[in-house]
Parts: sequence; C-alpha cells; structure tokens
Amino acid sequence: MLLIKCPYCGVRDQTEFRCGGEASRARPDHPEHISDPDWAQYLFYRENPKGLLRERWVHRYGCGQWFIVSRDTVTHDILDSLPMGDLPPKGRDAP
Amino acid sequence: MIRPPLGPFRLASGGRIDRQEPLTFTFDGVPYVGFRGDTLASALLANGVRAVARSFKYHRPRGIFSAGEEEPCALVEIGEGHARVPNCRATVVPLEEGLVAASQSGWPSVNFDLGRMVDFTHPLWPAGFYNKTFKWPNWKTWEGLVRRAAGLGRPLEGPDPDRYEQVNAHCDLLICGGGPAGLMAAQVAASAGLRVILAEQSPDCGGVLNSENIELDDQHGSDWATRTVSRLREQPNVLLLEHTVVTGVYDHNVTTLLQTGQGSTWRECLWTVRPRHVLLASGAIEQGLIFPNNDRPGIMLAGALRHYVNRHAVVPGTAVVVATNNDSAYQTVFDLLHLQVPVSAVVDSRESISPALQKRLQMAGAELIQGACISNTRGFGGLRSVRIARHEGTDLGHRACDLLAVSGGWAPRVHLLAHARGTLRFDEPSQSFVPDRLPAAWSVTGAASGMQHLQQTLDDAALAARRISEQLGHPADDLAVPQVTRGMVEPAEVGAQRPTASRKRQWIDLAHDVTLGDAELAVREGFVSVEHFKRYTTTGMSVDQGKTGNLNAFIVLGALTGRATGEVGTTTFRPPYVPVTLGAMAGIRSGEFYAPRRLLPAHLMHQKLQGQFEDYGWQRPDAYPRPGESLHDAVQREVLAVRSTVGVFDNSPIGKLEVRGPDAARFLDRVYINNVSGLPVGRVRYGLMLNENGVIIDDGVFIRLAQDRFLLNTTSGGAGRIAGMLEEWLQCEWRDLRVLVDDLTTQWACFTVAGPRARDVLTALGTDIDLAPAALPHMAAACGLVAALQSRVARVSFSGELSYEISVPARCASALLEAILAAGQPFGIEPYGIESLMVLRAEKGYLHVGTDTDGSTTPDDVGWGEVARRKAGDFIGKRSLERPANRATDRKQFVGLEPIDPGRALRPGSHLLIGADRQPPAVTDGWVTSACHSPTLDRAIGLAMLRGGRSRIGEIVTVCDEEQRFNVKVVAPVFYDPANARLNT
Repeated sequence: MLLIKCPYCGVRDQTEFRCGGEASRARPDHPEHISDPDWAQYLFYRENPKGLLRERWVHRYGCGQWFIVSRDTVTHDILDSLPMGDLPPKGRDAP
Repeated sequence: MIRPPLGPFRLASGGRIDRQEPLTFTFDGVPYVGFRGDTLASALLANGVRAVARSFKYHRPRGIFSAGEEEPCALVEIGEGHARVPNCRATVVPLEEGLVAASQSGWPSVNFDLGRMVDFTHPLWPAGFYNKTFKWPNWKTWEGLVRRAAGLGRPLEGPDPDRYEQVNAHCDLLICGGGPAGLMAAQVAASAGLRVILAEQSPDCGGVLNSENIELDDQHGSDWATRTVSRLREQPNVLLLEHTVVTGVYDHNVTTLLQTGQGSTWRECLWTVRPRHVLLASGAIEQGLIFPNNDRPGIMLAGALRHYVNRHAVVPGTAVVVATNNDSAYQTVFDLLHLQVPVSAVVDSRESISPALQKRLQMAGAELIQGACISNTRGFGGLRSVRIARHEGTDLGHRACDLLAVSGGWAPRVHLLAHARGTLRFDEPSQSFVPDRLPAAWSVTGAASGMQHLQQTLDDAALAARRISEQLGHPADDLAVPQVTRGMVEPAEVGAQRPTASRKRQWIDLAHDVTLGDAELAVREGFVSVEHFKRYTTTGMSVDQGKTGNLNAFIVLGALTGRATGEVGTTTFRPPYVPVTLGAMAGIRSGEFYAPRRLLPAHLMHQKLQGQFEDYGWQRPDAYPRPGESLHDAVQREVLAVRSTVGVFDNSPIGKLEVRGPDAARFLDRVYINNVSGLPVGRVRYGLMLNENGVIIDDGVFIRLAQDRFLLNTTSGGAGRIAGMLEEWLQCEWRDLRVLVDDLTTQWACFTVAGPRARDVLTALGTDIDLAPAALPHMAAACGLVAALQSRVARVSFSGELSYEISVPARCASALLEAILAAGQPFGIEPYGIESLMVLRAEKGYLHVGTDTDGSTTPDDVGWGEVARRKAGDFIGKRSLERPANRATDRKQFVGLEPIDPGRALRPGSHLLIGADRQPPAVTDGWVTSACHSPTLDRAIGLAMLRGGRSRIGEIVTVCDEEQRFNVKVVAPVFYDPANARLNT
C-alpha cells in the first residue's frame, strides 16, 4: 500500500487513487495516417521498465485530478508527483 | 478447601498457572480440567492426552510437537455450530472455561481412524501421487475422495456469527515481538519519546523469560518482563498489543497485525499500521530432527518441552530421551533432572561436545551418547521406546521412553523481513538462514538476527532502539540494561542434519506428511530448484507453512544435490505469516455493511406500489406483482399495458453527465461514433461510445441543451466510469479543450411515461410545453412546467412506444410519480419495472450494452458500422475499427432468434451451431444474449450474436442449451413495429 502525494491535496493512502498506466503514452495526432503496427504500438506496447517509471494517477476519491507520479518499479519508492500541466510536451515525456 | 484435580502430568507447584482457578473444557466430548494460564495444548498434555490429530496424508496419530504458532501437528476445531473454527493450533489457544475442542481428522475417531489404510499402503502415495496413482480414468474421478480423506478441517456452514474489527494506525516504531529484545527496545524507544507499537503473539510479553529459568539482575526473568510491561503501559506514547501477530509487511512498510480478542465483543481485529521504522525482535524457531518414525505422539521440540515444564508445570512423560544436534537441548535435561524427572539418555549427533557441558551432564547423572542418532522409534498411539545407533550403523539398542525431546537447531524468525524484501544468507555455525541485507527503515535484533546470548540480545536491542530514536530525531537517554545473572544453555555450534540410511519413513514436514523419501524422489525426478521442490513435495505448504521443517528441507535438498545450503536458498516467504481468517479481512464489511444500498428517490412510493426489488447497483423494482401474481405474469401484464395503453417507469438511476464549455461539441465528436456538433439545440441523438480498441463500452442518448451545453445519458451502471473516462481524456490528452464534465446522476429523478396514451397523460398532468408532434417530435427535448414542477421533457424511447422522459430535481421524485399515477388513472396507467422494460426493449431489438455486447463487440457487429464509417472526424476507437480483425466478414453479428416451436424458451448463454449435423464439442458459432417470452407476439424470442449473422437471416440454426438441442430461425433483430410507426406518433 503506497503513500502517494497528490500535488493538490498532499500525501494520501493508495486506496484513494487509481493508476492510469504509463505517462509516456501519447495518442497519435492523426491516427488515420499511421500504420497498423504503429497503432498497435500505441494501444498495446508499454515500456515496463525495471526502475524509474512515470505514471499517471488520479486522485479518484479526492480532488479528481490526474497527475504524474515518478515511481521506482523495483522498490516502489515514489520520487515526485507533478501536476499534468508541468509535463514536457506530448511524446517527449519519457523518463 | 477442595484441591482441584491436577491431572496426572501436572506438577504440584511452579509454573505461571493459577491453581486456584480450574477451568473445565472438553476435547472430543471428554471433559478435562486445566487452569487459568494454560493453553489448550498444555492442558491436554497435563491430562495425558497424547494423540490429538491424524496426519494429513497417512492418517498417523500425531501429538503436540511445539509450543507456539509454528505447531505442525496439533490442529483442532474450536467451538460449536456456526462459531466453530477449524485448523486452530492447540498450542496458541488460551484455555477458557467451557472451551469445546475437537480433533478434526480421523474417522471414526482420532484414536481409531480407518484412513490409516493409507499408512499401511504408503508406497502407493509418493510425492506427486495424484499425478501418478490416480491417472485412470482421470484425476477428476478421484479428486473428491482424496480431498475428503485429507486431514484438514471442515469448512463452516452458514454465516459467521462472530464480529470482526479493523483499525488503522500510525507509529514511529513498530516492534515485532515482545520477548526480552522487544521489551528492552520498547523501553529505550519509549523513553526517547517515540510513538511505539509493540506486538506480541502470546497473551503476555516476555517470550523465553516466561518459559526458561532465567534471572535478570538476580530476579526471575518473568518478573522483569511483568515490571517492564506495566511501566510501558503507563506511557501514553506506547501501545502494547498482546495476543497480536504481525502477519504481513507490504509496500512502503505497511504492516498488518492480527489481534485476537480476549473477553471482548469482537473475535479478531486486523490492524493496518504505517510505522516509520520496523524493529524485528521475533526470536527464533526450534527445528525438528530427521530420523525414522520421527512423528509419533510424545516426540516434541526440546524448547517446547521446557516451555510446558517451566511455564505450565506440565511434564508430559515419565521417561525422557533427548536427541539433539546442538547445545540448547541440554537445558531441557538440566531442567528435567532438577525436577527429578529421569532422562535416560542424551543422543547428540555431533562427534565432539564441549567438556564443560559433558561434565555438567555427568554430574546430573544422564548418559551421553555422542556421534549417534535415533535409528527408529516405537509406539503406535504414543512413543514407547527409541532405538539408538551410531552414524556408521552400530546399533546401540533400545531405550524405553514415553517422551523424546528433539532439537535440530534454531531458525531465526525472518519471515517478515523477507516480506519486506530483505535478503538472507546461510550461516554455517548455526546451520540457519540469518538476515543479510535489511530493507530501508528496518532493524533486526536478538535471536531473529541470529544472536544466541541473552546478554548480547539485551545490549543490542537497547543499542538498536537508541539508533532508531536518533534517526527519527528523538535522541534517547542512557537506560540501564539488566544483567543476565542466570542464563540458559545456548545452541553454540549446530551439527548438520544427518538423516540415517533407513527404508523407514523419516518426516521432513510433519504437517503435510512429506518424508525424506519424497525428497529423494523429487530430486531423482529433477525437481532440484527449491521452488519446484517445494511444490512437487508440498513441503511447507500446510497451515504452519513449514515453520519447523523448511530449514531441514533446504538442508536435505542441498545434501541430495551436492550443493551448499546457501546455494539452495529458501523458498519465498509471503504474507500472511500465520493464517488470517476471512472474517478479519472483511471486518464489518459483510451483510448489510458490504455496500451501501442505493435507494431510488421515490423508493417509498415503489414500496407502496408493491414493487419487487432487486439490487442493480440501485434497489429497483423488477415489476409490481399483484397479490398472488408471479413475477413472470406481472411482467407480461405490465408489457401489455404499455403496448395497449400507458405505463410509467422510474428511470432515475440512468447516468446523467452534463458537458459544457466552448469546446464541448468538439470534445463529444471525439467521444461518440455519432456526429454531435451537427445536432441542433433542443434535439436528442442516440450515441455509442467506444474504447480505443474499438469496443463498445456504453450507449445512451445525448441532448443538446444549448450551443455549448450537453446532457449525456449513460447506462445506469456506467455513469461514474464514463465520467471518469471523459475526465481522463480532458486532463491527460486533450488539455487544450475548454470543457467541464459534471456527473449529475443523483441530482435528477427521471420518469418515463410510455404507451399510446402517453401524450394524454402528459396533457392531464398539466404542462406549458407544446406536446404537438411537430413541436416536440421523437428525439426532441424541451423545458417547462409539468404538474407545476420545473421539468425537462425528452421524447426518447426504450420501449418502442410513444414515450416521454420527464426529469425533475430528485427531491420532487415522489410528487411527480404521484401526479403521473393520478393523471394516468383514467387511462389505466400501470407502473412497470426493469424486467418489463427488458422485455419491451427486446421486442424492439434495442441493444443492451453489457448484455448483448461483450469485450469484443464493435459498432459494425451491432449494425452501427455505417454510422461509424460515415463520420468525418476522428473519434476514440475509430482507428482500431480499421484493423483487419475488425473488418473480417465472419464476425459475430447481432440478430434476432425465433424458436421454430414458439413456446420453446431460449436461455441466454446457450450456444448456436450453424449446420444441421453439427454437434458439440465444436467451435461455437455464437450465443444467445437476451431471451424472453414476448407477450405482445405471444411467443419466445431471443437476441443473439451469430457468426456472419446478418447474411443468415431466414436460416435455421441449432441451439445447444446444455444437453438439449432445438432449432431456431434467424431473423432481423426487431420483432415489433419495424417501421417505428408507434414511436413517431
């Protein structure tokens, strides 16, 4: 049971949050122009690194805001939490 | 004063029991007497009860082996009726007045068990026997028999009458274990001002101080423990939890504690604790010895025997032999001889023993046999004699004895450390796995870290607590550490386990009946990885999780495969450390407290109308049966009322999401497969939502309330999920869109007035909305007064009839429903429930997402392919619809079914096969998704997903309903009014 810092509400128990998966995932701007394999890459493929990972979490039973959590997938250490807007532009936000 | 009967094996004095408070209890129906301070195990031993259980596989009689939660043999049932609890370890059950205990294995009784046949035929039951012996015709034939024969308790029937609690807590320091180390550390940390929680498994703190004759500062160790406990209890920053086991450690050091209620209104309490630091002071567990027939009642761990002798004043035998591979068992000899209990021999597997110990033993008058081991034991229901032999094979003859104390060394209790992902290393001198790398915010002290000497333990615990206090910003004062003025014999060098070469069975795991032979077989068959070995032999997989046998299993596996034990490693210790009842995990969240009941805003009205309620996430009426009417008949009547005159339905749970902002239309264009931005204000459209895989996840109508304002209806179960999904897209992906989403589901009550006379009812209600078809046509909405209530009226229909959906603020629900029923009375209005609505929509072939669709259904599968294809812009899931699998022509498609025999009912879930002669087993061609008897058509109808279904209209296919086969005709998925004439009136 992780302790997660919501950038808006502070540190709360994991049970208040929901994880939305890897933050580096970005929807292609023009899906109609990309190939099936590229679309599959967006849909199904994830980095799944051993170590530092940026994830989207939502404070589901709190303020309802989505934000970015940097989590070590080995130790579950949470390094920081950033509001969504503080993220570098789309597609270039992989850790 | 009448002296209470002591029991044949109880000493007249000594021990920490209250002889003034006798407690009567029964075991297998026989009454016995024990004392306050006894456990069930000590009371049974005092009364001379030897066999208390039958073993798991071979049904051999088993006695009490240990004195703690590590007990592998003495599993019993406690209590009666619904409050009966199976698989209790007799060693940790405190004796209470009137306790009812029973052996849970053995038939007809624990002393005469027909299951022992398995014992006599044991070569038939090797490791993995179920893969080998029970192959013909298949394992399934035998499974029930084998499961019944296996000796674990019966599950409970009926609801659990006990109450369970849960508590969340925070602290600076959690100390696991209230022995000398834990108490010492708690004192230091408490004086430094840390918030401390100390959890001790047994009813009183003290650990070895309560079961050994130890003196601290010239006073009995248990007195020091008692004083320390009362001092700690006075301190407001200390929470001392006795009868509490730390059961698991999870991410971010969250720990769970299981507390057993003593004289409280609850039975168990599950604590979730977030400590800043954890100190493991959990001690060590004595291990068994491997020798032939080492499982008889009367064979007991040497430390456990000291526990019963010193703490409970029970000497459960008259002639004792001690077998060991380390020094600690000599303490047992000295303790027994001190009480004039004869010890006929000490069998030590080591070749050399310290001269000092030899001398002490000689003075006490016990025979020492070095470099030898037990080569066999005798005694069916309980030990009668042991045979001793030197390692090389020289037989040293029998010794008559009824008690054999064994010690195979001590394993630090490191399970919790492993939960927290600390690592272990094998320590050769102590022949055990000790902590190696500690996790962050963890410390280990005392026997749990491999320490043997009590003084060292006390000093180290005090030091560890000081260090932790300083780390946490609370420098500790110097605190005097008590001096051990009388200690106990420490294990010293532990000899390696040396099983003798014997064809007799030598148990490694008493709980699961795993023998050395099983281990050898597993290795012969290639199961040499410790995790494979464990699973194949089932070593350490019973209730005790191998607490007294795992270490020996790892050592044996190393020896059999020519590896060092450290190389073999250990299996993964996982939570929980001891069994946790499901009741404790559920806490109060069962029955009425499982989930809140969601009631419709007009719930009381529906009760008055005799609605038959069902839980759909909301308590909703299925229908409103009249007295004596069945649910089915009520549904048929209600459907006919809607088709012939008019009905009213409470649609309040339907999801209502308001979406507004300058970019609302642009956003919704990306959410629905349908065009949204082209919808005029005041008009309504039906839409499908997909996920990014192109699968339908929700449907419903949306109303354009204003240029920049929409109201979305979602399925009643999907409101929260869809609102969350829209937020995710807006916050994470399309942050440039200026849109707000608001879930108004519970703000509005909503009633559907449907049927040919619906317009008459609305007119009778009184409204300033122009109801003329031209002003308010199908799929249009308007706001105004209805029955003097501010309302929104939408002409939408899920029944196929002329239909008005009237929404009012939730607080007005009852008033509106009352008004509708009154206004509709002249037209014969009837309330209809959700079951009736399902029949109405099935007759029209209206899709019910989640019933007719599943996790693979695309818009094209249900006839909306053209709409999706025609849409100009992008929407969620659009690109996925282009993938080859989604364009295949043989996909399952939505169709209607009419049984050839109109009275033959279809059942959802039945499979469909195309082709007259096809029979299961076969690849399915589809399945029935919805089915009912249509009162309107007076025939059975069904909806289905059928392979290539749209091109099979008119064909006959076979329905496979379990063993039954019958034919149905494939038809278009609309059985009633295909031209929608009634809808548009």
